[in-house]
Amino acid sequence: MAKKGWDEFEIGAMLRTFDGKIDDIAATRQEDRAYSQNSSYTASVADWRLIKPIFNKDYCIDCQFCWVYCPDVSIISRDKKLIGVDMDHCKGCGICVEVCPTNPKSLLMFPEQADEETEIASWPKKDEEEA
Amino acid sequence: MAFDKMELRDIEVWDGNFAAAQAMRQAQIDVVAAYPITPSTPIVEGYAQFLADGYIEGEFVMVESEHAAMSGCIGAAAAGGRVATATSSQGFALMVETLYQASGMRLPIVLNLVNRALASPLNVNGDHSDMYLGRDSGWIQFDAYSPQEAYDLNLIAFKVAEDHDIRLPAMVNQDGFLTSHTAQGLKPLSDDAAYAFVGEFKPMNDMLDFEHPVTHGVQTEEDWHFEHKARQHNDLMVKVLPKIKEVFADFEKISGRKYNLVEKYDMDDADICVVCMGSSVETAREVASEMRANGIKAGVVGIRVLRPIPFFEIIEALKDIKAIAALDRSSPNGAAGMLFNEIAGALFNTDSKALLSGYVYGLGGRDLTKAHLVALFKELQANADAGKITTQLQQFIGVRGPKLAYL
Repeated sequence: MAKKGWDEFEIGAMLRTFDGKIDDIAATRQEDRAYSQNSSYTASVADWRLIKPIFNKDYCIDCQFCWVYCPDVSIISRDKKLIGVDMDHCKGCGICVEVCPTNPKSLLMFPEQADEETEIASWPKKDEEEA
Repeated sequence: MAFDKMELRDIEVWDGNFAAAQAMRQAQIDVVAAYPITPSTPIVEGYAQFLADGYIEGEFVMVESEHAAMSGCIGAAAAGGRVATATSSQGFALMVETLYQASGMRLPIVLNLVNRALASPLNVNGDHSDMYLGRDSGWIQFDAYSPQEAYDLNLIAFKVAEDHDIRLPAMVNQDGFLTSHTAQGLKPLSDDAAYAFVGEFKPMNDMLDFEHPVTHGVQTEEDWHFEHKARQHNDLMVKVLPKIKEVFADFEKISGRKYNLVEKYDMDDADICVVCMGSSVETAREVASEMRANGIKAGVVGIRVLRPIPFFEIIEALKDIKAIAALDRSSPNGAAGMLFNEIAGALFNTDSKALLSGYVYGLGGRDLTKAHLVALFKELQANADAGKITTQLQQFIGVRGPKLAYL
């Protein structure tokens, strides 16, 4: 769909999340929903981010804390298993890392340009004192 | 309707607050979010009582401030409900930030504004400072001069505001205490007639339509904002007054009571007139009639709709008048009065040779007496006779101390 022009908005600058009617939205996964261009889902705000979370699934216990606490609904969880981070909407706030209870943490913050594979290969070891 | 109806007598004795509450009951408001403030409190108290007694199916939301009250109304209106509230003075001032949100989001909320002075010094009595504070907020503003009109204009306000061509919030102003707490005989409509007049609420882009989710309250920057504001202004300038006239005509058919954008009294052959708002209009009418008995052709113009301003109706009403007094019940604080400026702006490019003078009166509930108005009409007649304004352009009525006159 083409982007709306300045004179095509509805009264009150109201925006529609979807083009046309939707049904059973609760049972439809985000990636399968027909979000309109007016929905923030279709807009990337990745460039707001200075540091990013990297997810190491080797330590994750799928407690879902990060999914619950993420203020941007950017933790992607399927069948109660964390499968990754929505990097189009993550702002790099680090709350997911803060609430992660594993030792070592399953999510850590790195500079935006850090390489995921390299960082996972050199992931910190278990902190014995903390335990 | 799944709630109890109320049997009303042909003539009920209600004050302006109760009249507004009764109109809100008859319109079957879905949500009232409110915070109490004198002198408007009995309106929302009245709604809450009707709700508790089973006369309304709705929700009363108690909030922590007037800012939250209007925010709650905005949320409820965006969700798709018929929404109203009431406030005064300081409460209205606290609401101001959200008033612009409501109008920009095009939500048809009705706000009963029971006019009261603004602090400091603190004062609970009536003047029009709060009414004037809201005049650039993008709301439609009606002004009631009596309890009957407060009742009627509430019903009218819903019908205008909720129209899908309009979708703008509306305020119904009435004078604090002088109207809000003064019981008078008035003729209500029956519950069925009132509800049939206002009509079923027709939602538009409501958030509770889960098959068509919407976002209200968006952000626009320099690339978009101006167009949205311009469109809102355009609708206020072009669509609202014709719609109000249409609804006034519909209301006359069922009630016999005729409203006009500008209320003219004895204006057909008048030489001089006062232009004012609120309960002062009724006092001025009485005095004008008495002036006529003394050979002075006096008239009164009441502004019924302050926003959008009935520019051309003001010109029409005043075109043959020799001397006009604009009465402002709010301190202009460093300018000519609002009504003075509106009238001057309307008449400036016309052939009118009217002598226009401004008067500030009644601040903080100071009475405007008949004696004041007699002196005022005499001063206007002196201006008309002299062919020029014999005083300074701005004067004060009823204030103690040395005479204050400016401009």
